[in-house]
Parts: sequence; structure tokens; C-alpha cells
Amino acid sequence: MKQEEIIGFIYEEAFLLDTMQWEKWLELYNQDARYWMPMEWNQTDPLMQQSLMYEDMLLLTIRVERLSGERTFSQKPKSRCHHVLQAPKILEINEENETCKTRTAFVYTETRGDILERFSGWASHDLILVNNNIKIDLKRIDLINFDSPFSNIQLFM
Amino acid sequence: MDKYANNKKAVQGLVLDKSVHRDVYVNEEVFRLEMEHLFPNVWVFIGHASQIKKPGDFITSKIGNQPILVSRHRDNTIHVLYNRCPHKGVKIASEPCGNTGKFFRCPYHAWSFKTDGSLLAIPLKKGYDETGFADAPASKGLSRVENFKIYKDFIFARLSKKGPSFEDYFGDSLSTIDNMVDRSPEGALEIISSPIRYMHTCNWKMLVENQTDTCHPMIAHESSAGTAVKVWEREKNNSISKETPIAVQFYAPFMSPYEFYESTGIRIWPNGHGHTGVTGSIHQDYTDVDGYMTQMTEKHGEQKAKEIINDVRHNTVYFPNIMVKGAVQILRNFIPISVDRTLVESWCFRLVGAPEKFFERSLMYNRFINAPTSIVGHDDLEMYERAQEGLKSDGNKWVNLQRLYNEDEQHDVTEIINGTSEKQMRNQFNAWSKYMTLNMSSKLEAAE
Repeated sequence: MKQEEIIGFIYEEAFLLDTMQWEKWLELYNQDARYWMPMEWNQTDPLMQQSLMYEDMLLLTIRVERLSGERTFSQKPKSRCHHVLQAPKILEINEENETCKTRTAFVYTETRGDILERFSGWASHDLILVNNNIKIDLKRIDLINFDSPFSNIQLFM
Repeated sequence: MDKYANNKKAVQGLVLDKSVHRDVYVNEEVFRLEMEHLFPNVWVFIGHASQIKKPGDFITSKIGNQPILVSRHRDNTIHVLYNRCPHKGVKIASEPCGNTGKFFRCPYHAWSFKTDGSLLAIPLKKGYDETGFADAPASKGLSRVENFKIYKDFIFARLSKKGPSFEDYFGDSLSTIDNMVDRSPEGALEIISSPIRYMHTCNWKMLVENQTDTCHPMIAHESSAGTAVKVWEREKNNSISKETPIAVQFYAPFMSPYEFYESTGIRIWPNGHGHTGVTGSIHQDYTDVDGYMTQMTEKHGEQKAKEIINDVRHNTVYFPNIMVKGAVQILRNFIPISVDRTLVESWCFRLVGAPEKFFERSLMYNRFINAPTSIVGHDDLEMYERAQEGLKSDGNKWVNLQRLYNEDEQHDVTEIINGTSEKQMRNQFNAWSKYMTLNMSSKLEAAE
């Protein structure tokens, strides 16, 4: 994995989310991938400490299909989202295993109807090369205010 | 002009046999009176003793809109105090929990208090000599909440001096808490994690009513639970494990037909308490956890162990504002913020001595169902928000609660009824009317 490929990949992920290409976004994930939103500062365990989300591909697929469901009333009207990313920081690249870890500061906006909510935090990616394609093995979203009482967060950060 | 203050008749007139006036959800004066009357008159959950294990440990909480401080003293006694300095009213503790050491110290002028609330010291104490300070309320330290009860580590308090005793108020409804405690092989629960917090732009009572509303899951949650079932049916052939994932075990029963909810029943108790899932519930078919039945049989004997584990009550409402789910060890606290704003804090309990799988499952259920990121939560909040908006309509000022009503319906009774009845909602509003007006003077005649 080359540095510019990795950074391009992370920007591409945000582009797919902001343009609501959910199925294409799911294709960026490895088969055993997880999407994790911790609820504690420097959380180490997704399962035995409370997380907001810790979801595998089955659950992410359910979310994506739900978004376009005929009777998904919380998506009438639909939500939209917007990512502003800082340049991703590459924390480590393991050439042998073809894996890499990055961390990207972001400002995320989710809007629906008259409501607009803004979130700040860091997205950490564990990436892996599968058949020469970069895939996400783990995406972790740490919000600066993980302990605040949020209202609905329906899309993906 | 106030319409409801000091007007018992007007408040009672909001709750009819089969319907309630929309003002109970949208009127700011009614909300203010709930804070002044309803919440002080009843027993409100304020915390769990496992959160304050050591001397100096404290938690902060609220009863209605009043800040409360619960503290563990050096002799291990628990004290429930009003969280305000007797000097200028500054909140003594601002964090959800912590350890204050040997004393609380007000950050403004350094008045200090022992962990039982009594006044320890005031800087420049001389300045109060010969001012009659001993007669001032401030000399007594932090004001105490006299009426509190620690029931199997659950801490409840009643602010008003007059009112029902804890035992009279909850009666047999405590059996749900008993069952959750009994599920621990050591008979103990503990809180070791912060709650999931979820802000709702709706009146708090909509959330409480929804807990025993069995006619909504297969409709409102078709988008989440229905999609989960559909995707799993399609994907399971590609799945390595043939066992139904716990996520699907959680979601799928929401789609159970009306007949399931009808037959599993609702049990109602006096004072607005009640629960769904009497003879079975959406929690009945989760995969067994290895070794647990053996542990429980050793502790209780086979018959009692089975009784405990097979009592899979769905949602138990403890009026006014908590819900307990023993089968997955969750307590939800519906905290009123304003007439159209409710903070929901959902706590998981660890079954002390049980396999850790249970705590993992509890945390998982909590994030799947009770989180601001939960698709089930999204379905529900959408309905509450639409109701909060829709109720502004003058076309009809009444909310209909008459499903399975019958003419000779009695209140404040214990009975098991059809699981799709709205009687538990009527039961809650009967208690609401009773405790709103319990200590309300009636200076005015009925409004209008």
C-alpha cells in the first residue's frame, strides 16, 4: 500500500457516504470488518465496555437496506451527510501483512428536514489489502463528546 | 393566567376513563406542575448502591427537575441530599459520579460538609458570631431527603413529607426487580458502565406509555426488525455459522404477530405500575449460556432456578419514569427536561457471579435498541416527534386510550389482562391524576 493510495482511499470513502452511494460504500469493507463507535475515552474493548455501535457486515447491510425501505418513516424526509476530513495520518504500514492503520480528524454534519447536527472526532481505519484492493477491516469513530446525549444519528461518520 | 395551578378539578379533568387531554403532553404549565407535585409525591429511582461502594463515593441524580446528591458516608451509610450549597445554592457535585474523599467542599466559598451532609467548616467563621447563625437553615448543612429506601441496592426517594410508603407504593411490582437480582447466582447486581444517553424531543410520558404498547412493534419497527429478518433470511446461506446471530435473535421477535402479544398478557399493579410479557415474551428464545443453569441450580435448586430463568417479563414500568427489563438486565430512566424534551438514560447491570456473556449481551441489547445510533430507537423517536407535533392540532384535543376498555373497569387493582390492552396506559394516567393532585390545594373552581 502506498501512502497516496491510502489517503485517496479514505477520501473516497467519505465521498461515497456524502453522495449516498451506500452499497458501494459497503463494498469498501472486508468480509469480517467491524464498524465501531466507542462510548468511552480511549476505550479498549468494544464488547465488554459500552459502545454506541459495533457492527459486522450483516448489521451494516441491514442499516443500508433500511435506509431505502418503503416503511422507514424516520427517513421521510431522508437524511443527508457531509464529511470534512483533515489529511489522514498514517500511523503504521506493515508491508509484510499488507496492512496499515490511519487516523483522520473529521467534522461530520448530518441533516434531516429542518434539523442539522454537527459532530467532531477522529476516524481510525485498519486497512488490509485483499486481492490487491484496499479494504477496511475496522473503522472506529471516536467523538469528542461521546458521553453527550445525542438525538438520532442515522447515517455513517 | 394559570389554568391548572391550585386547580385540582382542572388537572383531574385532563384524564378521562378512555382518553387523556393533549395538555398532559404539550402544556408547559402542566409540565411545571408535574415537577412541583407529581415527582415529589412519588418514589423516584435515583441510583444503585453499587455505584457508591466506598466511603466518599457519590452520584448525582434528579427528582423531577431538582438536583440530588447520593453519598456513601465513612460509616458506610448512604445519604440522600439536595445537591445545593446551603450558602448561595451552588451545586456541590457536578459530575455524574466520583469520590469526594472525607468531605464535600463547595467550589465557590469553600464551605465544607461531611459525607452525611452535615456542615463541617466555614472559612472566616467568626463573621457569623452573634448573627444568630445557629437558627439559619444554612447552619444545618446540605438539606436532607428524609424519605428514601434502598431496596436490594436500588435507591428510591420521595421528596414530599406526606405520601405513600415505599412498600404501599410499589407492592408486588417489586417482583420484577427481585427476578433481575435473582438472576445473579450471588443475588447481586452491579453497575460498572455509564448509561447510554439519548435525547428525545418529546414529552417523557410518551416514552413511558410506549413500554407497554404491544400494538406498535410489528408496525413501527417493520423498517428495522423487519429488514433484519429479511436480510438474515437471504444471507444465512452465505454465513459460516448456522446459528442465528444474537442480533437477529434480538430484532426478529419484534415482528411477532398480534396474537403473540395478546396471549402473553399484561399484568397491572396499583399506582401505575405494570408489565408486558406475563406468560412469555420477546426475550424467551435467546440461546442459553453455558454453565449458567448449573450455577443457578446449585444456588436455588432446580425448580426455583427454572422459575427465575423462565420468568422473562418484557417491560416493567415503575411509575412514573423507569422501565426495568430483567431478562436482559436493563433499566431505562426517562428523565423529564421540559414539556417536549426527555433525556433517556439506559443502564446495564452485571449479574455478579454469572458468566460474563450476560453482561456482553446486556451491553449489546442496549446499543441495538436504546442508543441514538439504534435503528429501533430511530423508529420510535420518529413516532414520538410526530405525536409531539401532531398534538398541536386543535382538530381533536384528546388522545384515545380505550383499547379493550370495559365499563366496570377498576383502578388500583392487580390483574392479568389481554396483552394488547391499553389498560396499563390508563393505569398510569390514573396514578398520574392521583399523585398530581395529592397535595394540591384547590383555591379555584374548575377553569372556564
